[in-house]
Order: sequence, then structure tokens, then C-alpha cells
Amino acid sequence: MAKVKGDIIIDIEKCKGCELCATACPQDSLELSRKINSKGYHYIVKIEDNCTGCTNCALVCPDGIIKVYRKTEKKKEHVATIQNVTGDITVTVNS
Amino acid sequence: MKKELRLMKGNEALAEAAILYGCDAYFGYPITPQSEILEYLSNEAAKRTGMVILQAESEIASINMVYGAAGTGKRVMTSSSSPGMSLMQEGISYIACGEIPCVLVNVQRGGPGLGTIQPGQADYFQSVKGGGHGDYKLVTYAPSTVQEMVDFVFDGFDLAFKYRTPVMILTDGALGQMMEKVLLPEQRPRKTEYEPWGSTGKTPDRERNIIYTLSLQPDVMEKWNERLQKKYRSIEANEIRFEAIDCEDADYVLVAYGLVARICQKAAHIARDHGIKVGVFRPITLYPFPYEQLNKVADNVKAFMTVEMNAGQMLEDVKLAVNGKKSVEFYGRMGGMIPSPEDIFAKLEEKLNHPVSKLVGELA
Amino acid sequence: MNEKTMTVEEAQHFEQILREESICTNENLVFEVPDTLTDNTMHYCPGCGHGVAHRIIAEVIDELDIQKDTIGVAPVGCSVLAYNYLNIDMSGAAHGRAAAVATGIKRVLPDKYVFSYQGDGDLAAIGTGETIHTCNRGENILIIFINNGIYGMTGGQMAPTTLVGMKSTTSPFGRDVETMGAPLKITELIAQLPGTYYVTRTAVNSPNNVRKAKAAIKKSFEYQKLNKGLCFVEIVTNCPSNWKMTPLESNKWLEENMLPFYPLGDIKKPSN
Repeated sequence: MAKVKGDIIIDIEKCKGCELCATACPQDSLELSRKINSKGYHYIVKIEDNCTGCTNCALVCPDGIIKVYRKTEKKKEHVATIQNVTGDITVTVNS
Repeated sequence: MKKELRLMKGNEALAEAAILYGCDAYFGYPITPQSEILEYLSNEAAKRTGMVILQAESEIASINMVYGAAGTGKRVMTSSSSPGMSLMQEGISYIACGEIPCVLVNVQRGGPGLGTIQPGQADYFQSVKGGGHGDYKLVTYAPSTVQEMVDFVFDGFDLAFKYRTPVMILTDGALGQMMEKVLLPEQRPRKTEYEPWGSTGKTPDRERNIIYTLSLQPDVMEKWNERLQKKYRSIEANEIRFEAIDCEDADYVLVAYGLVARICQKAAHIARDHGIKVGVFRPITLYPFPYEQLNKVADNVKAFMTVEMNAGQMLEDVKLAVNGKKSVEFYGRMGGMIPSPEDIFAKLEEKLNHPVSKLVGELA
Repeated sequence: MNEKTMTVEEAQHFEQILREESICTNENLVFEVPDTLTDNTMHYCPGCGHGVAHRIIAEVIDELDIQKDTIGVAPVGCSVLAYNYLNIDMSGAAHGRAAAVATGIKRVLPDKYVFSYQGDGDLAAIGTGETIHTCNRGENILIIFINNGIYGMTGGQMAPTTLVGMKSTTSPFGRDVETMGAPLKITELIAQLPGTYYVTRTAVNSPNNVRKAKAAIKKSFEYQKLNKGLCFVEIVTNCPSNWKMTPLESNKWLEENMLPFYPLGDIKKPSN
């Protein structure tokens, strides 16, 4: 069965932390980071790896800082999940 | 097409000149005594050229339509009379700041308020000293014949585009309404090429052209102002126009512009018939004002008398120009009244016998 | 959490996995900021609807490939600097006069796409005369009307569209109809004029509304190409700062208060 996988890239330096994207996200993938950018705003980060690439977050983003990617792929066997030290980025490793 | 000699009303001649120059658009609103400009263009331009003629809902709309249309680099003009011109002042300030070339016409009537529909010259300060907010200058031509109503449309557009600045033709209801013979220039083609700065749609080969008047950074806005001032200095150095009539041997010089300058010429003739040597100094550009030229005249005369259809507005510039060298008297009519040559001569004689400076001396 | 430092090998390995596993490649790109939006960071407050409105205009210009033929008119208000964000030729109008400026541009360049972008104070208070007469003449332009029921730039004063009872710095006890008049539904008003071709009210508070607003703007530009006459797209937006709410609260308030009074949908459908 084909699986839709999405991802986003956020220009965190331009983020003003309004959280409209987080509310618009049907997957609850987004959350404000505890960190702040150089402008002093808490910025939005993806906290779940369940993005479907629906573009809702990007549509409501007032600052136009979200790029959305979507790929339809065959289901792969799950091998491992790697997270970076801050927990901001999670990578799922498939076969 | 050959040059054509015609008998025309001032307002219509000016409108005809706009067509002949190849003006692209006119936006206006009816107001006496200049409605013939809009009427003439509505009829003639529609028949003869593709010039845009639009009767706006107000003078405020007219001047902002000029801002938009002239901001594309097209040749655009509007006209009004004193109360309507007051409404346009905000827009003129924006046009000056945005460095948008265009021609404006004020067929003056007597004020203040609704005033009268008879001719006046009481918008001198408004046109020459600012009118709108901020430090800007409006190049101001003062025609004194119907022929000049035509000529200054041509000169005005040329100068407006040379310096990217708005130009005012400051005339009055009498010149607008009276008929004289006028030699019309040849029809020029409408301009087809874009100006490099015009807001016409960003093509890949150039940067964006934005017409705007705002900077929130004071240092940037100061530089912007300095650029404008530099331009005005250049205009002052190169574009002054005036006429000195019989000033060489004159003992007394009448200083007047527009219609009144013509009346003063007749008054000077009467004076010479009475053995008083009188000349007439006529600034053609009210801004830039011929300060130095008038100052030179002051070396050879005994006194000046400024004559205006107002309470004494250009008088201040005349005094600045003469700079105390000689006394400057004043004679003005207001509220739509036109001084006659006899009035002017009588007033001159009266001042010669009882000059203000002498009176002040006696009192002291 | 224990802070750990990765070794160089670990970092390289991690990067490689990231690269191999990432779907963030051009072939998978489904949404990006349009080219016609500049890279400048917008000065708008967090959560402000202006940003979305700007972006969808830019998207439409890109999709129709009309950047070289489009001239926008910016107003006075928060969006006075719209020309810093829209990568097109623009003209900055005096307060309220954008419709007259747009008229001037369109009349001398009838083959270009011309739109004005105006707020409620600009369009429905100081510029009411220009708005109504431009609509009445049926100028072949698009007017985009941002209605957030308040003066944003000057700091939250009452606007013509401020709701009854709504507090602002100049209606601190709430808008009182008896002394301040009722909110002006200018969009319904101009829809009555024969010169208007397409009049609609949209919002940008949800993904679906953003799509609809964008579709309305796109349609309007297409109608302009066909010389259909004046198109008018109202966008009901929020003003978190001057409503004194968080962006999320402001969108909720918009749904509960603004939209019932300013209902979304076409007010005048094209007759064809």
C-alpha cells in the first residue's frame, strides 16, 4: 500500500511564533520551540514525524516561511529512529 | 501640419496645446473659470487623439489620478481654479516627493473661501511657497497672454520631464476667458517609449520601479530631501525666466506678473506720456524667482511698485530681491477686481508724492 | 536531558542519514513561497493576516505569469510598505486615494493588470469617495480590501468597520451606534453599483479560506484580462496587536464576531 510522506522546512529566523500553523496542522506535528531566534521569537518546530505534506501550515503562515514536500512511497520496513540531542529533529531510518 | 493662427479663448488654447504636445491624459473636475479646459478636451481630444480624458469625482481624485498615470512616465496634466487647487495640495506634495513630472494649471479666481469667480492672483504663496506639506518647490510659470497659455504647456512638459518635477501654470480667470490670436504649434506625436523610471510593470531586464514618498528612516528621508533640494538649486540656476520692459532708462519700475504685467505696460505708457520714465519688470517664472536680475535693476532706478491682484504676495519676493537698495511700494486689488492702467498710474503718482518710506521718515 | 557531543564520525553518519532519508528535494516540493514575494522579512506583527494576503497575491501573479504586466497600488496603513514584499512595480498612494491612483495607471496603461490593496480606514473612511466612484465607473481593476475592523498602523483607533460594542483606543467603552454610527458594510454597498462585476468577501483565517481568497483574486485577474470591469475582494482579517489578543485568540474572535457580521461568500456574482 502506498504511503504519503510529507516534510517541511521552516525558515526559523523569519518565524514570529504566532502558532497559526500549529493550529492548522491536522497531525499536531508542530510546536513552539523553547529556543528563540535572533529576533527574539520562539520559533515553530516539527515535533512529530507524521507530516502528510497537506500544506495547511504553509497556507496560513503569515510570514511565508514554510516549504512543504510530499512523497508517495511504498511502505518500507522500519529499522531505527534517530533523534538529535535537542530532540528537534527526528529521523526514521527505513530499509 | 503647418502652424496655425487662430482666435481662441485662453482656456481652450491651453487645452489645444495639450493635444498638440501629445499629452497622454488629462484628469479634471469642473470649476469656474476653467471648465472650458475639460470641456474642450472632452470634445476635441476624443475626436482627434487617443488621449485619456476623465472627469473625476473631485479635485482630490483628479490629482491622485495624475499621480498614478504620470507615475508610469506618461505625459499627464490637470487643471483647476483656486478652491479646487487647495484640494489638490496634498497630492502635489506627493507628486513633488515622488518626483513625478506633470503639468498643473491654476486658473486663479479671487479668494479666500469660495471667494469669487472673477480673476485673482492670491494663490501666489500657495504655488510658489509650498501649498502642501513638506519642503518642495513647484516650478511656476505665469503666462500673460493667450499665446503663453499655449507656449507654457510645451515648455512646462519639457521642463517637468527634464527635472522629473511637477510644473504649475499659474494663470487667472481673465486670461482663461479672454480671446486673442494665437499661433498654434505643430501637432507632436504621442510618446510611445517608456521612461526608465516609470512604474509600468517589472520586466526581467530591470529592477522594480516603485513610485513612493515614504521613508521611516530619518537619515534616508533627509538624503531624499537633499536630492530634491539639489534639483531645485539646479532649476534655480538654469530655468529663471523674466522680461524687463523699458527698464534701461526707467526711474521707476512696476513689478508684476501675468495679466497685471500687461496692464502695467499700459500704465507705463501713460506715465511716459506724463514725462515719468517707468519700466515694467515681469517675472515669467515665479519659482524660480529672478532675484538677482531684479536686484540688478535696482541699481539704476529710484523706486519700485509691485502691482498684484492680491494683498501683496509677490511683494515679499520683490523686497527680498531688491534687498533694501530702493523702496518697494505696493498696489493691490482683491476679490476679483482688476486694476486699470489709470488706477496703477494714479497710485504710482500718489506713491511718488507720498512714498511710505518718506512718511515713515516724517513720523520719526 | 544529558547534553552529549557527537563525534565527527557520528555527525557525518547522521548527516548522511538525513540526506538519504530526507524527502526535501525539488521533485517532492509541493509548496514554496512564490517568486513574486521578496525575501524581505515582513514588518507585520506575529499572526497578522496581511502576510497571507500578500503571499496569495504573489502566488496568483506567479501562476498567471503576469509579473511584468502587473502594477500594484499600496495604501497608507499597515500595508503602506507592501511594495517591500511584492516583487512588482508599485505606486504608494496617499491615504485613501489608491483607487484614484489605480484609475490613473489603468487608464494610461489599459493592457496592464492593476490592483489596489487597501485597509478599512483607507478604503472605507478617508477614501470612500474614490472607492465608490472608481467602482461606479467600473474601472477595469481589482480592489483588494483588508478589513480588520481597526486602524492598525496608528495604534488601534476605531475604523468605519469596527463592530458595535468593539473596543478601540477611540471607542474605549465599545463602539456606540448612537454617537459613532454603525459599522459600514462598504462591500455590500459597492456591490449595488452597476460598474462592479465581481464582489466577494473572503478571509485568510483557515487553510480553506486562504484557498478561497486566493481563488477569488485569481478569478479577478482573469476577469480583468477579459475587460469585465471592477472586481472587489474583501479579506476579513485579524489584528492581534490592536485587538489585544494572541494570534490564536484573534482568529477565534474573528470567527465568532467578525464573520457573523461580515459573512463570507460572493456578494455579486459575475453575470457573464
